[in-house]
Amino acid sequence: MRDRNKKAKLLQGDEAVVEGGLLAGASFFAGYPITPASEIAEGFADKLPERGGKFIQMEDELASMGCIIGASLAGEKAITATSGPGLSLKAENLGLGIMIEAPCVLVDVQRVGPSTGLPTSPSQGDVMQARWGTHGDHPIIALSPASVEETVDMTIRSFNLAEKYRIPVILLLDEIVGHMREKVVLPDPDDVELIERKRPEGVDPEDFNPYEETEDHIPPMPDYGSGYRYHTTGLFHDKTGFPRGTAEDARKLMDRMTAKIEENRDDIIDLEDDMQGDEEVAVIAYGSTARTAISAVNEAREQGYKAGWTKLKTIWPFPREYVSQLAEKVDHIIVPELNQGQLIGEVEKAAAGRAEISGINRYDGTLIPPQEVLTHIEEVV
Amino acid sequence: MAKDIDKYFRQDKLPHIWCSGCGHGTIMSSMVRAIDEIGFDQDKTVIVSGIGCSGRAPGYLDFNTLHVTHGRAITYATGVKMSNPELEVIVVTGDGDGAAIGGNHLIHGCRRNIDINVVLFNNNIYGMTAGQFSPQTPTGCTATTAPYGNIDQNFDLCSLARSAGATFVARSGSAYPRKLNKVLQSAFEHDGFSFVEAMSQCPVNFGRRNDIGNAVDMLRWQKDLIIDQEKYEELSAEEQEEKLPAGILYQDEKEEYTQKYDKLIKEAKSGAGE
Repeated sequence: MRDRNKKAKLLQGDEAVVEGGLLAGASFFAGYPITPASEIAEGFADKLPERGGKFIQMEDELASMGCIIGASLAGEKAITATSGPGLSLKAENLGLGIMIEAPCVLVDVQRVGPSTGLPTSPSQGDVMQARWGTHGDHPIIALSPASVEETVDMTIRSFNLAEKYRIPVILLLDEIVGHMREKVVLPDPDDVELIERKRPEGVDPEDFNPYEETEDHIPPMPDYGSGYRYHTTGLFHDKTGFPRGTAEDARKLMDRMTAKIEENRDDIIDLEDDMQGDEEVAVIAYGSTARTAISAVNEAREQGYKAGWTKLKTIWPFPREYVSQLAEKVDHIIVPELNQGQLIGEVEKAAAGRAEISGINRYDGTLIPPQEVLTHIEEVV
Repeated sequence: MAKDIDKYFRQDKLPHIWCSGCGHGTIMSSMVRAIDEIGFDQDKTVIVSGIGCSGRAPGYLDFNTLHVTHGRAITYATGVKMSNPELEVIVVTGDGDGAAIGGNHLIHGCRRNIDINVVLFNNNIYGMTAGQFSPQTPTGCTATTAPYGNIDQNFDLCSLARSAGATFVARSGSAYPRKLNKVLQSAFEHDGFSFVEAMSQCPVNFGRRNDIGNAVDMLRWQKDLIIDQEKYEELSAEEQEEKLPAGILYQDEKEEYTQKYDKLIKEAKSGAGE
């Protein structure tokens, strides 16, 4: 995918979202200024118009989420970016985006919360909000990059997953990845695989049902203005898009929306690991914390410890099968997180008592140094 | 003059769910007649609504219709219009949806002067949730959440829209279906943000509780309340306090938002190679 002889760029994670987005074909951005995500808006404001794309700064976070869903319905590849306080506000319209199955990308550059918290300090405190931030049961996809280069790739992947599965995708950066500058070689645009949403083909508009049950559970989606007039609502609806208020419709729609993600877990879930097979202890981490974990595990191995690491790139859906199998093999799983312990709950659920689970947690805006993970490895083994 | 407006309705979705005596059907009908007279293409028209009694209108209308979250219709409409300026975009909202929870989006839509047509069905109450007071429930009236009388002031929504930058502002109501139809036609034809406050009657959750009476009594009440702007201007300041001016209250030609943005794109593209 990358020609390493090409000139490298020095980019920060927020800028990498812009580069990745443009490579993915992003054509619409709506947002509202917020630290530490404003650079994403600034980048799109600068670069979209010269490509014929549109940028709009909205009056608030709710508006920018509504705006990108409107753009998505009109056929655009749309994106917005925010941080925790904005994610709280976007949660309302995110729910509608999930319910009407509008592909779009929501970037959250996490800072320390709750409330205004520590605006310029890193956190991974929005992991559960990404999963459950909007009310009611719902499927979601969330990815989390650990480096600037991964941010480019995962922004592209966010758009592809959004288009493929007709769902808003949350890209969870943390403030470290968002503001850190690293050397990045951008992929050649010709080498980037792009996925476009299914649009209705060969269907008479008279016979078109916007939420038809298809084999893959993903109904084709027409652009506004293309001749397929249809109704969309946040109410539970049947295949025609209209609400009938029946329990059957509610159950069928929830089951289909769940199935389109659950049946494709293998396609959606992405992770990296380094295990030799004889590990006593594994460190599972994501985002910038994965870098700490890798560094600590490498050091532990040099000291003779049987340790391995896993870097989760997809956070939601959670790779429960992987963790379940890992728990069979190792005695200890350590989960370092920049929060009071959020994803560790999922690890505990998947491990189901077969391995000892412990967390290392920082929630004061400081990082977890590799030494702390190393000491923890020494303690548990 | 009878017109065939059946084709604009999703016949299988009728009859509508609004209470008998409700004014919303009259306003919806005036909207459709205005659309028919202008000749909007159904495939190229998007009607967006929020939550509340007004929010149900698009479901009956055979266009691209989008029923979104409470108060947010203008934000979705902005995304649609920005993406494809060739689409005609109409927002149907209410006094709770548009003036309370969605008030911020309303003023900023006006400020951008984006070519979206907002029709605010004002029935002076939260009807669907059974009668809580809205920003447009007259001071002194009772509601389920104002059992001792509403102490809040109302907005003058038309003045609000104008001062926020809307380039077309009008007021009419279900008591004047022909005038409303004409006003809506002018609003839909206007190039820029248009705001029409369409007074409606809610006999079930507003009129009955406030001794205004049934639907007919409420229409009389409305006719007494909103009067043509020319007549309004002739009244003394004291008399004006009891009335609201109706008709096209303000219209101006200013460059529309998506057209401005198209220019911006052209400039960015021409400068991109430098």
